[in-house]
Amino acid sequence: MTTSTGTYTPKPGAAPLGRMIAAQAALETKMLLRNGEQLLLTVIIPTLLLVLFSTVDIVDTGDGEAVDFLAPGVLALAVLSTAFTGQAIATGFERRYGVLKRLAASPLPRWGLMTAKTVAVLVTEVLQIVLLAVIAFALGWSPQGNPFAVLLLLILGTAAFSGLGLLMAGTLKAEATLAAANLVFLLLLVGGGVIVPLDKFPDTARSVLGLLPISALSDGLRDVLRNGASMPWGDLGILAAWGVVGIAAAGKFFRWE
Amino acid sequence: MRSEPVVQVQALVKRYGTKTAVDGLDLVARAGVTAVLGPNGAGKTTTVETCEGYRRPDSGTVRVLGLDPVRQAGELRPRIGVMLQSGGVYSGARADEMLRHVAKLHAHPLDVDALIERLGLGSCGRTAYRRLSGGQQQRLALAMAVVGRPELVFLDEPTAGLDPQARRATWDLVRDMRTDGVSVILTTHHMDEAEQLADDVAVIDAGRVIAQGSPEELCRGGAENTLRFTGRPGLDVASLLKALPADSSAAELTPGSYRVNGKVDPQLLATVTSWCAQHGVMPDRISVERHTLEDVFLELTGKELRS
Repeated sequence: MTTSTGTYTPKPGAAPLGRMIAAQAALETKMLLRNGEQLLLTVIIPTLLLVLFSTVDIVDTGDGEAVDFLAPGVLALAVLSTAFTGQAIATGFERRYGVLKRLAASPLPRWGLMTAKTVAVLVTEVLQIVLLAVIAFALGWSPQGNPFAVLLLLILGTAAFSGLGLLMAGTLKAEATLAAANLVFLLLLVGGGVIVPLDKFPDTARSVLGLLPISALSDGLRDVLRNGASMPWGDLGILAAWGVVGIAAAGKFFRWE
Repeated sequence: MRSEPVVQVQALVKRYGTKTAVDGLDLVARAGVTAVLGPNGAGKTTTVETCEGYRRPDSGTVRVLGLDPVRQAGELRPRIGVMLQSGGVYSGARADEMLRHVAKLHAHPLDVDALIERLGLGSCGRTAYRRLSGGQQQRLALAMAVVGRPELVFLDEPTAGLDPQARRATWDLVRDMRTDGVSVILTTHHMDEAEQLADDVAVIDAGRVIAQGSPEELCRGGAENTLRFTGRPGLDVASLLKALPADSSAAELTPGSYRVNGKVDPQLLATVTSWCAQHGVMPDRISVERHTLEDVFLELTGKELRS
């Protein structure tokens, strides 16, 4: 018979909500940044595209400096890679390996977990944007326009891609999510006005492609940062619509295990 | 130990499509260690996961620490600890990192370093979870279930796949928690685990509880236990019977071969040997056949436990 040492004497209780969410966000960010394959998508590919296409004249980017066309597109790509591709793949595997299930039994509420995931995405995006902006400035980038409009575009873009990424992660198998999220990344990279101007496509394709969230984000950012537009309402509207639909669908169809 | 039930399940039914996993199950667990014992597919995990709030009952009621695990999840979760049968950890996280994280979600967690030391998780070092051995992963999941100092811990097959030493370490931890007043519900298909750890055992088969009681009660409850010995033929069985407790029986099966049925305990053995001594009988080949939970299970269900 063992004698009580009191080590395990119950003393239950949840940590304060703010502390739980901060801890969860810190862990989620660490996991995102530790994943090598994800870094390829979130850092290396956008950086390479920015440097390569700004310095080598491969794609006709219209009048003005190539970097002024490319930088907004690559920023949109950075948001896509983290909020959509990275988040979908990571969350898909967390679901598959019971991480979401186990956390659901912890004191952290589900909305707290989702908030922490969003914080982790935003922190990663800030790091990406700082890095890409520094490189773009080194390449002679001269951004225009209203910083508030840029911020709004980035936030709505993040919301739209997060909703769609979580919808995918919460409904498909992890392997299917991995494949599909990478495929979508590639397709949107080519057909979303990131490095190839949409006016290179035939008119019918262009009108459809223009409604994609990636096109709205890259077009909106370009309108502000290159052309100095004050508030690109059309693109903001498209992103907001994708955000509402994506988050509502994710909320409805997401399966935790 | 009589006290308020920590878990109360009444007429629980849970179906997956056309398959009925739990079929009108009643279970009351009180403070202490309760083992939910049954073969694979009996409904153990479904029952436990309903108590943890993961599944909604199709019918019936479930109360854990007096709370509805689905509707009052926010209130219940900080008070319970959960060990899933597998997984539950970021594949890129290190053991200590994950354990520290779970500790941060609680107001008064255990000393993480001490827990790591106790469960031998220090050897995991900087290895990512996906590269840990099965035993290390199991021990981490156990540590995650207890680190928040819960009142009640659910362990779903805590020792499945562990080597004997790690199994012993898990048992010791469960015993220490019990001593300190933590209630434990564990599922197992190891009889010895239930016999070693549990104050109370609920035997589940085909989605129902078919027997419940302390291990001793269950072993006594089915067929009686048996003591056999050989001696010279024609002993006075009636005289032996008089010396035995009231619910015993004794018979000479074949000349010189005797059988005593009843509650076989040290007292009974002493009674038989002292009766033999008084009558100048040398009891040769004396043997006791105590029923194990394994036998009880076989009698109740007609099945081997480990199918």
